[in-house]
Amino acid sequence: MLEVSGLHAGYGAFAVLHGIDLVLRPGEIVAVLGANGAGKTTLNRALSGLIRPRSGRIVFGGVETTQAGHDAIVRAGLIHVPEGRRIFPNLTVRDNLLLGAFLRGRAERGRNMAKVLAIFPRLGERMGQLAGSMSGGEQQMLAIGRGLMAEPRVLILDEPSLGLSPLLTEALFGLIARLNADGLSILLVEQNVIQSLAIAHRAYVIEHGAVALEGPASMVADDPRLKAAYLGLA
Amino acid sequence: MLEIYTAALINGLLIGGVYALVALGLTLIYGVLHIVNFAHGSLLMVAMFAAWVLAEKAGVSPYAALPVVACGMFAVGWALYRYVIGRVSRGEDRAILLATLGVSVVLDNLFLAIFGGDTRQIEGDLTFAMWEVGPLLLAVPKVIAFGVSLVLAGGLWAFMARTDMGRAIRAVAKEPEGARLMGIRPERVFALAYGIGIGCLGAAGCLLLPSFFVSPHVGSVFVLVAFTIVVLGGMGSFPGAVVGGLLIGVTESLGGLVLGESLGPIGISLVFIAVLLLRPTGLFGAAR
Repeated sequence: MLEVSGLHAGYGAFAVLHGIDLVLRPGEIVAVLGANGAGKTTLNRALSGLIRPRSGRIVFGGVETTQAGHDAIVRAGLIHVPEGRRIFPNLTVRDNLLLGAFLRGRAERGRNMAKVLAIFPRLGERMGQLAGSMSGGEQQMLAIGRGLMAEPRVLILDEPSLGLSPLLTEALFGLIARLNADGLSILLVEQNVIQSLAIAHRAYVIEHGAVALEGPASMVADDPRLKAAYLGLA
Repeated sequence: MLEIYTAALINGLLIGGVYALVALGLTLIYGVLHIVNFAHGSLLMVAMFAAWVLAEKAGVSPYAALPVVACGMFAVGWALYRYVIGRVSRGEDRAILLATLGVSVVLDNLFLAIFGGDTRQIEGDLTFAMWEVGPLLLAVPKVIAFGVSLVLAGGLWAFMARTDMGRAIRAVAKEPEGARLMGIRPERVFALAYGIGIGCLGAAGCLLLPSFFVSPHVGSVFVLVAFTIVVLGGMGSFPGAVVGGLLIGVTESLGGLVLGESLGPIGISLVFIAVLLLRPTGLFGAAR
C-alpha cells in the first residue's frame, strides 16, 4: 500500500531523515514511534508532499509519489491528519468537512458526509458552529472527520492524542481501531507508546532520523531498545 | 428644507453603493487574504480608463462594457498576483506592502504618460439623465450603479459562503498548511481571490464612469475611503463592507451639506472614530 525506501529529507541545509525504510500493508495499523525531534513529523510531511524528499523513494498504491505535488497525493487517497489538527478555525464545522472533500465529486461528498456524521454524531450537532470555538476533543474529531471526507485509502494520523484527556484518548484509540476494522490502512504517529502498540499490528521506532527498531507491535513493546530510543540511552 | 436633506441622504446611499463595491474587493484582498493592497486605487483608475476608452473610441456604453472590463480586470489581478506580488512577497507582509505600492506607482505614472493629467468624462445623455421620483431628482447612472453594486455584492457573498472556492479562500487565509493537506493549492487560491477583488474594481469602474471624472489620480480619491470602509465594517466582512459603504456615502453627503464642501469629509473621520471606539473590531467584525 505504502512503501518508503531510503528516504532522506530535511529543511534547507538541515537534514532530518537519514534513509528511512518503512512499509504499510493494506489493512494494517502501523505505529511510528519515537521521541520529540526524531523525525516523525518530517516523515509525514514528506509522505504527503508538503516537503520534497532529497532522495529515496515513496510508492503509494503501486505509483511512485516521491516528487508528486501535495494535491496529487491527496487525490490518490493518502490523507494526512496533521499534528495540531490544522482545522480552519474561522469556518463552520460543515465548511471544514466540505473542504475535506475538496477534490472529490458532489455524490461522494454527500456519501462521505453521512459516513462521517455516523462516526461522529457530535459533529452533526455542531454543524453551524465555528470550528475554532469547539473544545480540543471536538476539534480532533473534526480533524479526523475532515480527513475521512477525502476518502483515504491510507490515513496518516500525526499525534492525534496530543492535548486530549486520558478518557478522550482512550475513546480516540478505540475509534482508530474501529476505522481500521472497517478496512482503512492507518499510519499512526504517536508519543503515546503503550496505547499505540496495543492497537497497532506492527511498529517502527525512529531515532535520529533513522529506523532504530521495527517489528510486530508485541515484540517492539517488549524490546529494551524501545525505552532506549525514548530516553536517549542508545 | 427636509427635501434637501432627503435628497442628500438618498444621494449618499446611491454613491455609498459604489463605495461598497470598491470596498468589497478590498475586504476580500485586505480583510480575508491580509494583503495590504495599495494598488487598489490605481487599479480602479485603470478600470475607469478601460471603460472610458471603450466608450469614447469604440462607442460601447459602460454598462455593456461592464462584464468585459470586470473579466479583464480579473485577469489583470490574477496575473499581477501570480507574476508580481506573489513572487516578490514570498509571504512576507512588508514585501507585499512594497510590492503593491510599487505596482501603484508604476500604474499611476504609466497612465499619466499615456493619457496626460487631464480629467476626462464620457460625453452623452447618460451623464445627465435624471429620474423624477416624487419631489426628488435622482441621477440615473447613480441609481443603476447602486442597484448593480448591491446585486454584485450579494453574488460575491453567496460565492464566498456557498462555493468550494469561496470556502477555500477563507480557509487558506487562516490555515494554509491545513488547506494544502486537503489538496488545495494556496498560491492558486490567492491569485484567484486577488483577481476577484480586482474584478470588482472593473465593475465599479464601469458603474462610476458615467457620473465621475477620470484622471490618473482618481484612485487616491477612493482608496482611502475604501480602507476606511473595510476597517469600519469589520475586516473581511462582506455585510460590513456594504453597510460601511452606505454609511460612509451618507455621512459624506450629509456632512457636505451641513458643514460645507471643504469641511464635510471630517464627518467620515468622526463616524470612523466613533465606531471604532464602540466596536474595535468594526461593525460586523468577529471578535478576536
